[in-house]
Order: sequence, then C-alpha cells, then structure tokens
Amino acid sequence: MTATSSTAPKARSRWREWSLPFLFMLPALLVYGLFVLVPIAQAAWFSLFDWNGLEPLNDFVGLDNYARVLNDTVFQQAAWHNALIVLLSLFVQIPFALWLALMLNNRFRGRTLLRLIFFAPYVISEVITGVVWRLLLYPGGMVDQGLESVGGGFLIHEWLADRSIVMFTLFAVITWKYFGFHMIIMLAGLQGIPRELEEAAAIDGASRRQTVRSIILPLLGPTIRVSVFLSIIGGVQLFDLVWATTRGGPANASATMATYLFDVGIVRTRMGYGSAVAVILFIVCLVVAVAYVRLVMRRDTDGAMTAAEN
Amino acid sequence: MTTSTGRTTQAGRRTFRQGLGPALSSAARWIVMLAVAVVIIVPIVYAFLGGFRTTGAIRKDPVALPDPWMVSNYTDILESDLFWNSLRNSLIVSVFTVVIVVLVSALAAYALARFRFPGRETMFTIFALGLLFPAAAAILPLYVLLRSVGLLNNPMGVALPQAAFGIPLTIIILRPFFRAIPVELEDAASIDGCSRFGFFWRVLLPLSRPALATVGILALVGSWNAFLLPLLILGGNDQWTLPLGVMNFTQQYSQDLALVLAFTSLSMVPALLFYVIAERQLIGGLTSGAIKG
Repeated sequence: MTATSSTAPKARSRWREWSLPFLFMLPALLVYGLFVLVPIAQAAWFSLFDWNGLEPLNDFVGLDNYARVLNDTVFQQAAWHNALIVLLSLFVQIPFALWLALMLNNRFRGRTLLRLIFFAPYVISEVITGVVWRLLLYPGGMVDQGLESVGGGFLIHEWLADRSIVMFTLFAVITWKYFGFHMIIMLAGLQGIPRELEEAAAIDGASRRQTVRSIILPLLGPTIRVSVFLSIIGGVQLFDLVWATTRGGPANASATMATYLFDVGIVRTRMGYGSAVAVILFIVCLVVAVAYVRLVMRRDTDGAMTAAEN
Repeated sequence: MTTSTGRTTQAGRRTFRQGLGPALSSAARWIVMLAVAVVIIVPIVYAFLGGFRTTGAIRKDPVALPDPWMVSNYTDILESDLFWNSLRNSLIVSVFTVVIVVLVSALAAYALARFRFPGRETMFTIFALGLLFPAAAAILPLYVLLRSVGLLNNPMGVALPQAAFGIPLTIIILRPFFRAIPVELEDAASIDGCSRFGFFWRVLLPLSRPALATVGILALVGSWNAFLLPLLILGGNDQWTLPLGVMNFTQQYSQDLALVLAFTSLSMVPALLFYVIAERQLIGGLTSGAIKG
C-alpha cells in the first residue's frame, strides 16, 4: 500500500505519504467546506443578530431570535406538522410499503410491470407532483368527481383549503410519491432472505402470517430501520412538495419548519431570525438522526463494521 | 380471469402447500395491487390527456376523454422558449452537478479507501455526517455567499452547492467499492511506473464504471428534480430549470388548466423516459445507497 521512494530521506517520504491523500481530498474538502460546513456555521453566527441580509452585521441580539422562534405559534405549528408527517409515515406509509413489498416478493406474472409502476412517482419531481395533485384536488375536480361516481360523495372535502384536512391531504400526496421508494428498499432486503427459510417454516406448519411475523420481519429488521431512518429525515426536512402544493397555506395550516424558514428568511428577508430557524432545524435533524442511529440502528451498523473489517 | 388462472398454475405449488384458499387470497391481492397501480397511473394519464382538452371542457367535466383532441396546447408550448430554455437549464445544472460531485467524491473516496494516514476515519466521519445536514439549514448563508461572489442567477451557483450536498452519499457508496479492488493491481501498476494519480485515473476509475454510474444516476435524479436551491438562486425566467418553469408557468397561467396540464406533462417526459431506460441502474443504485448508507 505505501508508496516509498528509496532515495528520498525518510522524513520527506513520510511527509509525502501523509500529504498525498489530503491532496486527493482537497477538491472535495473545498466544495464541501465552502458550501456545506461554512454556511451552516455562518447560520449559527447570523442567528445572533437582527439582520436583513444587506446592512452591516452589527445589531447583536444574543439568543433573542431563538427565544422568539420557539415562542412563535406559527413555528410551533410547523414543527408539529413535521412531527405529524413523520408519525404518519412511520405508522401508515412504511407498513403499507412493507405490505406491498411482501406481495411483490412472490413470483407472478406482471410483477415487474407493477414494480415499474409503483416506483415511477419517485422520478417525477416534487413540483410536478404538487402541481398535478393540486389540479386533481381543487373543489369539483377529478378526485371529487371520482368519489361521487363510486358513491363516496359524502367524503368530499376542501382538500387543500380546509385547515384541519390539508396536512392529511399532503400526507396522501407524499405517500403517493414515496411509498414506492420504501417498497423498493424493502424488496431488496426481502431478496436477501433465503427462500428456504420460508419453505422450511411452511413445512413445519407455520401459517403465512406466522412466517411473516416470526421469520421475515426480524430478518428484514435492518432494512426496515433504514427505511424508518430515511422517513424521519425526509419528514423533518420536508419542503419541496409542500411549497409546490400549498406554499404552507392556507394561513400556515400546512407550514413545515423548512417552509417557515424560507418564508421568513428569503421572502421576508429576516436573515437573522431565519438563521435561528435554520439552526434549530439543523439541531433537530442531527439530534434525531444521531439518537436513532445510536439507539436503534446500533446493532446494524456494528454488524456492518465487523463485516467490512473481515 | 386468464391472468388469474395463469398465476395459480405458476405459483400453485407454493400456495397450495401453504393450505390457504389460494384463489381467493390471490384475487384479493390482485385487486389491491391493481387499485394501487390505478391510483399511481391515473394522475399521470390525467395530466397528459388534460393537455389535449380545453380548459372550458375540463371545468365543465373534469373526468372525460378529450373530444376533440386538441394538440394546440402542446404545440404552443413546444414552440415557446420557456419549455426549451428550462429543459436546457436543467440539463446544464444537472451535468455540472453530476460531473463535480462524482469527480471530487471519487478523488476523496480513493484517498479514504486506499491510503493509510492519521485521521482517516475522522475525515470519513466528517464527510459522512453531511448526510444528516438539511440543505434548508444552509440556504440563507448560501444565498449571501453566492450573492457576494456573483453566482446568483448562474447555473454554477446551483450546481456547486448541490454537488456539495451530494458528496456524503457519493463517498459512502464509492469507498467500499474502491476498497474491494485488489491491492496487487495497484502494486503492479506502481512497479510499471504508474503514479497514484495515474492508477486512480487509468485503472481505478475505468474499473469502477458500475459504481460511478450508480452515484452519477442518483446525483442526476436529485439535481433534475431539485427545487429549493434553484428557487433560491435562479431568479430570471431565462435561468429557470424545469421544476421552476413548471412552478412559474402554473402561477402565470393558473386560469388555463389545460395549458398547465400540457406544460406539466411535457416536463415529466424526460424523467419518465430516463426512468424506463435506466430503471435497473436507478433502483440498483438507490437500494445499494440506502442499505449501505
């Protein structure tokens, strides 16, 4: 592995040996540092000022911005909306994706086509998804007509205008776009489980339900935990789809932390206050993710480490 | 009915052995899966068909086939600049993003995979942690930074931050791949007078084409669909990428449903075509990325 040149003094060759990898990492470090690490650090700095982004940065207010963000009911609602999406994803979307993956894991005619269809929304951008669904959901639109034609007229609501419904409507759209992604991950996980295990269980007289509960789900654990992890991260950072569909409206009824951030920071150019929102969003993400990896995924990553070292 | 019998004979042995009511359960399964497929397909088909109708007809009867079939919505858009400009801008931004992220990440992943140096794992952790950083948290300082260096309204102003946020996942996927390439190969190359960079460029990268395709496709899809950064950085309508074009077109022509549907449908075409062609690589990439990440 080590590159040595026989003529060079030892110290020099060692210096070369250690500096070369950093030379290889330099471009990545520059790009990553300049556009990821520095901006996040800067956000922490900006958040201590009352600043509109143009004037000199001299109105130091300490932690006032944080106090105001945390006491703002719109932010509190936005945070709750993120939590709601995460919860719904974990308890509705992921089980649904898992259920479909279990069905698609059997060989049958048309399986490939169904997989192709289920996953297709993932490649359609959030903006297009949002625009199309908005047009389907407007009052008297296709969804309403469809419901009426199957005798579900009593279910009709103002899907995107009713403050108490809009988050659930958005969740349905989110599920439309992302369940295929989770399904694909779980299918990949299922394909790693040997068929013989299921067959052996069937020979021992286990029902399908018992096989799934006692054999498949435990073995699929690591994959499900990855799926849950990505759901949580996605739910906390949710922006594109909401902005494209409702812009956080009506009257903040579908605001998320990220749309709130964009609204106060960019639209209303309150950079200092918005930066405080950014830092809070960052901390929430990091704490939730690190806690999840430490507490829940620990066994999986331990396994991965030892497997990699062997 | 024919499909249902075909399915029973094919999978008959398994289901029969499990002793369930095979026909009934498979019928229920089919109904559910077809229903899901319909819910997926209908909005997409609705958008495409709606583009062939008039707004008046859509308002009067949202669920109906085009009658007569109007191609003028589509031809109007294809003759306008906005669609082609947005398509071109999306291509430029995506190509820059993919080239930058793959190149710099491959260099870094090579160092992190095949060199021994103090602090290697720390460096890897610093890169990998970026996976948890929400792009939204960085947008305000990014906006200030890009404004001060004159990269607002410039495709590079979108491509560079996008590439930067793609570095963590790309390194995480590439590193084990690079590590798996035999040491003997590198020794042989070095005996033949090949420098470390020469090995990276002439041996490692060509050998890693599948992995590079995987990370490239992931970055491409991400960049193609990206909304937040372009929204922040690209202000002028000759700069818009497709998602921005769709968004703004929708607002501008909010009264003309048919035209909006036509524009949206056309904007879906590149991604859907790409998906049909590269489905295998895309899914392979996502699953390997997700399971390793």
